[in-house]
Amino acid sequence: MLVLFGRNGAGKTTFLHMAATLMQPTEGRLLYGDGRKSSTPEEIRRGIGLVSHASFLYADLTVRENLTFYARLYGLSDIPSAVEEATKRADLTARSDSPVRSLSRGMHQRLTIARAVLHRPSLLLLDEPYTGLDPVSADRLSDLLSQSRDRGTAAILTTHDLERGLAAADRVAILESGRLVHEGTGKQDPKEFRKLFAEVTTRGGKPIGH
Amino acid sequence: MVKYWSAVAAIVQKDVRSELRTKEMVASMFVFSVLVLLIFNFTLSLDGAMTLELAPGILWVAFVFAGSLGLNRSFASERENRSLHGLMLAPVDRSALYFGKLVSNVLFMLVAEAFLLPLFMVFFNLNLFDELEPRAFMTFLLVVGLGTWGYAAVGTTLAAIAANTTMREVLLPVLLFPVAVPVVIGAAESTRLIFQPSAFYSPWTWIRLLAVFSVVFVVVSWLTFEYVLEE
Repeated sequence: MLVLFGRNGAGKTTFLHMAATLMQPTEGRLLYGDGRKSSTPEEIRRGIGLVSHASFLYADLTVRENLTFYARLYGLSDIPSAVEEATKRADLTARSDSPVRSLSRGMHQRLTIARAVLHRPSLLLLDEPYTGLDPVSADRLSDLLSQSRDRGTAAILTTHDLERGLAAADRVAILESGRLVHEGTGKQDPKEFRKLFAEVTTRGGKPIGH
Repeated sequence: MVKYWSAVAAIVQKDVRSELRTKEMVASMFVFSVLVLLIFNFTLSLDGAMTLELAPGILWVAFVFAGSLGLNRSFASERENRSLHGLMLAPVDRSALYFGKLVSNVLFMLVAEAFLLPLFMVFFNLNLFDELEPRAFMTFLLVVGLGTWGYAAVGTTLAAIAANTTMREVLLPVLLFPVAVPVVIGAAESTRLIFQPSAFYSPWTWIRLLAVFSVVFVVVSWLTFEYVLEE
């Protein structure tokens, strides 16, 4: 898991949207996998799950209807069991026939993640997924993410929470003004990393490779 | 290809299910178009011959205004929680999203029109079952279907463009009405020639024009929808 840090407006969300093919880069190019095989945008999207600030869920539809809809969009073969499993994993079995509008923030976020991993993506993009979650829901989210990692899913996560981000990270990177200014391993002391973060962001770190 | 049409069907089914639950789009289109008919009914005192002359225009004004209201609503559910991004992440060609929204929009517009037509006949004292031969009535239904399809074909793309702007309620009619003029004129003129048959002019000339524009709008939208959706 790569955890991407950066101040507000550093370009974290823009980067995730470009990686998810929602936006085209104005310059440069994105390479997926080993970068050798050329893939169609549809093939790339099949392997991507995105958890954004917004849930992409339909408030008037129930939990089950939302998951069934996305399962059909992704062309999953055994939709009822995929939906059943995703509902169970998100701990929403008791609320599967409730409209999304009636769910709490934590439930909403769990369903958002269940929607994003429904098609078992090989790359999970998470944009500040801990925002607004209570500690119990945040811990549950961390468990879900480590389960996904154990299944071999690569992930890029953005967060402002340095401690939680470092705990989850295999690698870390810092973005500033749309440029990569630091890259390293996740095994770092949070206090030291906080100092480094302040240095490279407030004093204007040089982009890597310059 | 199966997955492409399965995605189209999933979008239509989702929109229908959502509409059955909220009834926002069809109800607002129906109420608005009834008001349009009422205003025309109060402001114009029409007798028999004049009714047949003006009724097609009045009917299509009601359909078009109601249609623009419905098209504006059609992307409201995609704006909430930014579900449009969820659709864009689907591993299908993005034109499937266009066809899904187009079919939903046509369905909802046809339902609103089906409710409106009997009221139109009552308000303007015009019994189309008596006035028109069965063959002419079927041609009229074809015109309604083609006109609705053509209007929704261009309207769906423009609604997707307007959905990403802050002035969407104003922007959609401003963009849509000028572009949809050929469809509206074709529909109104062919309806007039069906209501008042002429020895010199056939409604089929206008119906062919309507069909050509409907196809052109669908093809152009199919080719450009991917770029319309991108930020």
